[in-house]
Amino acid sequence: MEIFTVKNPGALTTIQDLGRFGFLEMGVPRSGALDSFACRVANLLAGNPENRAVLEITITGPTLVAMAEAEIALTGAEMGMTVNSNPVGSWRTTRVQKGDIVRIPRASSGCRAYLAVNGGFDVPLVMKSRSTFVRADFGGLKGRGLVKGDLLKKGEDIVLPEPSRILPAQFIPEYRKEIVLRAIPGPQDNFFRNAADSFFTTRYEVTAQSDRMGCRLRGPLVEHDPGAPRSIITEPVTPGNIQIPADGQPIILLVEQTTGGYSKIATVITADMGGIAQAMPGSPVRFKRVSIEEAHRLYREDENRLQKIRKILR
Amino acid sequence: MSSNLYDTVRFRLSGDCSLLVDCGEGIDPLVNRKVLSLSSRLRENPPRGVQNVVPAYRCFAVIYDPLRTNPVALKSEIISIENTKPDANPPEGEVVFIPVCYGGEFGPDIDFVSSVTGLKLEEIMEIHSSCEYPVYMIGFTPGFCYLGGMNERLRAPRRETPRLSIPAGSVGIAETQTGMYPVESPGGWQIIGKTPFRLFAPERENPFLYKAGDRIRFEPISSSEFRRLYEKERS
Repeated sequence: MEIFTVKNPGALTTIQDLGRFGFLEMGVPRSGALDSFACRVANLLAGNPENRAVLEITITGPTLVAMAEAEIALTGAEMGMTVNSNPVGSWRTTRVQKGDIVRIPRASSGCRAYLAVNGGFDVPLVMKSRSTFVRADFGGLKGRGLVKGDLLKKGEDIVLPEPSRILPAQFIPEYRKEIVLRAIPGPQDNFFRNAADSFFTTRYEVTAQSDRMGCRLRGPLVEHDPGAPRSIITEPVTPGNIQIPADGQPIILLVEQTTGGYSKIATVITADMGGIAQAMPGSPVRFKRVSIEEAHRLYREDENRLQKIRKILR
Repeated sequence: MSSNLYDTVRFRLSGDCSLLVDCGEGIDPLVNRKVLSLSSRLRENPPRGVQNVVPAYRCFAVIYDPLRTNPVALKSEIISIENTKPDANPPEGEVVFIPVCYGGEFGPDIDFVSSVTGLKLEEIMEIHSSCEYPVYMIGFTPGFCYLGGMNERLRAPRRETPRLSIPAGSVGIAETQTGMYPVESPGGWQIIGKTPFRLFAPERENPFLYKAGDRIRFEPISSSEFRRLYEKERS
């Protein structure tokens, strides 16, 4: 059923779910929500399975007119959402009525917010996912970001018994201005033996050239060791790989690339990928070296936290 | 005789969910064959926690769920698969025919390639379409295949300034490589022709026409045949 008309799309608003899995070997990247924790919690608050399609909202948000009654929930970046000019908080469920105007102005903390609706946004499944992959023109709503005048539909009508569900404050992530990303050395750390120590102590800055493919940083040059090849034979890449191109400025790969020919000094751990999604252009970033065992311990810790949230919001 | 193939596979960590398995050095048909056969055996009998296996030229990535496995367990499982004799020879892969209209509006760089190689348009067509190109790996964009085996006589440098947009279906040459653009994208390859086939069609039951391990054979077609097939593909 039709649920929203788009009055104003915002800077970049796309439909995403948790991603498109199983096609990496065909060059089709995962896509999906960059901050998967925020996407999962938005869905749980709206009474959905965690993988339903949501709106991923970047820096400035959309204005939407409700065409029917629905439950909505906004998570991720703090965007100052209002319904008919009344502020409604994030990380909680809000009921909207037909004709209500939902405004999601601008991120004041964090960079990306996620809007879920009960039933999930309804677009065709393409290769097992509803995620938009703009560069290849498919998935989501016609393979592109929202534009003015779009009609958004939602899936089967789930009516929530409790209209106001709230994520307890201790589970709400804090988006700091300065971001510390924990990373495991490799897969080409042996090309950067001289640069490694300074890489893990230097401050970089997120640039405005960042997108869903890569978070581009600016800072002191990361130099290859003398004799180390500048490029490698093309190999699979993974979200979090920190590649060092010829200009020595690191790029953290995100969710829209499957292979690459640049060397990677280190790889951001899964537990910190949401932190990159929430980094605004201009944010300072530091890297901290961790072991794979530590990365896996943090991965399990995140899973346990999510398990607790599932119990509370069920 | 020296070989690029490793005696036994080597491992590299790529973050906390991906393990790279190296089979050898360089771009070498033997090394790539090992990559494809070992990765397909792993895909047929995935060890616990393995979610995806992604082959490339000389290595493959094993994507895993850290809640269900870890690199130590995976390494020993992969080595034990490597050391087990396969039940049967690996499948040979298929020959996939791709019709191409060379030159003219579809191949804007064919005159440049002709001037660098000293070959006439007919000769370029003849040489480019007279052999089978093995698909070593797929990546860069959906369905973009890295092909081996191009005749050295067709060698041409990349464009000095990459084009901002190359139409889907374009067939090009860069140095000693040839390839096709399945989706519209920027690129620096010399474009010599175009296929009317949709190399990537996400809504089609099988979105792709080939996979790693297949061989591509280009078939020259006329511009009228191009138009007929183009309409047919999109009707």
